[in-house]
Amino acid sequence: MTTIDLTHGSGGRAMHRLIKDVFAQAFDNHILAQGNDQAAFDVAGGRMVMSTDGFVISPLFFPGGDIGSLAVHGTVNDVALAGAKPLYLSAGFIIEEGFPLSDLVTIAHSMARAAQEAGGWIITGDTKVVERGKGDGVFITTTGVGVVPPGLELSGDKIRPGDAILVSGTMGDHGVAVLSQREGLSFETQILSDCASLNHLIADMVAAVPTLRCLRDPTRGGLAATLNELAHQSGVGMAVQESAIPVRPEVAGACELLGLDPLNVANEGKLVAFCPPEDAERLLTVLRGHPLGKDAAIIGHALDDPRCFVRMETRMGGVRMIDWLSGEQLPRIC
Amino acid sequence: MKYVDEYRDGATAAKLARAIAALAQPERVYRLMEFCGGHTHAISRHGLTDLLPPNVEMIHGPGCPVCVLPIERLEAAIHLALSEGVILCSYGDMLRVPAAKGRSLLKARAEGADVRMVYSTTDALQVAQDNPERQVVFFAIGFETTTPPTAVALLHAKALGLKNFSVFCNHVLTPAAIQGILDGAQGERPLDGVIGPSHVSTIIGSQAYEPFAFKHALPVVIAGFEPLDVMQSILMLISQINAGRHEVENQYIRAVTRSGNAKAQALVAEVFELRPSFAWRGLGTVPWSALSIRDAFADLDAEKRFEVPAFTSQDNKACACADIIRGRKKPRDCKLFGTACTPDSPLGACMVSSEGACAAHWTFGRFRDGEAAQ
Repeated sequence: MTTIDLTHGSGGRAMHRLIKDVFAQAFDNHILAQGNDQAAFDVAGGRMVMSTDGFVISPLFFPGGDIGSLAVHGTVNDVALAGAKPLYLSAGFIIEEGFPLSDLVTIAHSMARAAQEAGGWIITGDTKVVERGKGDGVFITTTGVGVVPPGLELSGDKIRPGDAILVSGTMGDHGVAVLSQREGLSFETQILSDCASLNHLIADMVAAVPTLRCLRDPTRGGLAATLNELAHQSGVGMAVQESAIPVRPEVAGACELLGLDPLNVANEGKLVAFCPPEDAERLLTVLRGHPLGKDAAIIGHALDDPRCFVRMETRMGGVRMIDWLSGEQLPRIC
Repeated sequence: MKYVDEYRDGATAAKLARAIAALAQPERVYRLMEFCGGHTHAISRHGLTDLLPPNVEMIHGPGCPVCVLPIERLEAAIHLALSEGVILCSYGDMLRVPAAKGRSLLKARAEGADVRMVYSTTDALQVAQDNPERQVVFFAIGFETTTPPTAVALLHAKALGLKNFSVFCNHVLTPAAIQGILDGAQGERPLDGVIGPSHVSTIIGSQAYEPFAFKHALPVVIAGFEPLDVMQSILMLISQINAGRHEVENQYIRAVTRSGNAKAQALVAEVFELRPSFAWRGLGTVPWSALSIRDAFADLDAEKRFEVPAFTSQDNKACACADIIRGRKKPRDCKLFGTACTPDSPLGACMVSSEGACAAHWTFGRFRDGEAAQ
């Protein structure tokens, strides 16, 4: 058996073998090993957090990660950004007929490794196979649960005028790394996706600065979309400084060539944090003390603006808005 | 980032801003048009208007290739894309541009049309070679910058004997459009100076602007696309205006010569000829302002290979694009701006691409409009 065929999704012996040989082996843990259709587990006290995300990405393998690591990191981050310790994950696979088994094994192990790094377990899952042409290799949906320590309540509606805005590192790495591999656009680059689980970094931040208002990861739509979302959710404006926002020169260069704005490009291992201004320096020190936050920076502050505009002082000394994108960012002609 | 950061230095920008403020005479207004959408984008994205005194006014011209393509040509492209067996190859920013009844190439794709985004004409030729059983049409749009690559594609297709490749030609000409704006001014004095295009001028050279600079006594400075290029060019224009000169000056000497790129010009002349007239979205019909494919390449001309019905569509009557492009109105003067017309559902030419005057103001500058709709 070298490729996935429809029998692997039919519920028979082939499917049983696939699950046992690929997923159960990669995700090995005592809950999954019980072999039930559901996972039962004990829960510690406190508020539970749950998040789900579907992953459809082309190409499936990119510099710095693959769809498997992305599916784990993405959901771990969504749970952790509430201040929660991620505990358990589920994984649903929709696999296209003809998909190479070796790729599936690579993806499963990549997920297992990512879950292990994050300190969470993949304890239940599902496998479906669709006919050739009805999928794009493999789609993965993960769901994660975690527990928030008592007293902590991070939320996108808690930002107040004056709060400091921090980012944990350089913007746009993931989006450019993926674009560089996309068919019809291949270009040589050293840029790796920043794909990573942020829960350990977040645990440090929460412990050091319990006054944190809100954390969010600037994934699709990039920093621009995240700032606009949060400005509206909290009913505030925001002002940031272009020169303070970290962007790798390689990413800036690729964006120049393609006519893209790094602020609209996706990240998968970065976060945006909001805290009262007096705690900003302490938060920055904590961020920079962690490998995933070494390029962190304070980029601006929230302000009173009923229209919820996000504005940016440019390097040239002017001011402009940072807006949501209209649809997908498309390369410009000239 | 090398070769970019040098042209985005805040301290130098502040120095140029001080020089502009010192040179601009307070008793007069300087109405300067940047023709090119790339300049409009640079001015908005870098917030350059904040660095100019209030009497130096930037007017955003029609030089956005996506914006000025008339709806009927886009309708024709959508028609071609939906034709049996056709693959339509297009540059990315054309895909979302709305035609009549909210149709677009992106929506045609959702309806089953095979529309592919390409980054160059070479990609389109490759699609044709990879799909010999399909008809591949390249949707050619743009000013003089994108025209030579289309010429090369046609020459290659002819040399390769490709029977399944053709070009739907919509290439337009910069000097003719500026001439159209100036001729349409009818007695009013719309402009004190023009910032000439960057990339277009690398092809056509600075001499292409000399006839109308002379005829209309209009100062022109060809400028690079970086923010410091724009600032320096504004300074050069004000200096010309104050001295009563009307010359074509070249700020972008690192790329533009007086005669331009002779090889590219020869390629274009070999493959294309002038159209007697072409309808521009926002500007109306402008004589001798576009190119069509010469008879020698007629078998590669999509308009001759396929039945393309004549579409007639008009912009919304309340749309103020024509006045905005000519500098008579600002985006916020348009009744539709920010209400019926936004980048998510654009009605007028100036809103359809990020380089259009209205889209740039919406995306980067609308926070300044006191009570404008969000």
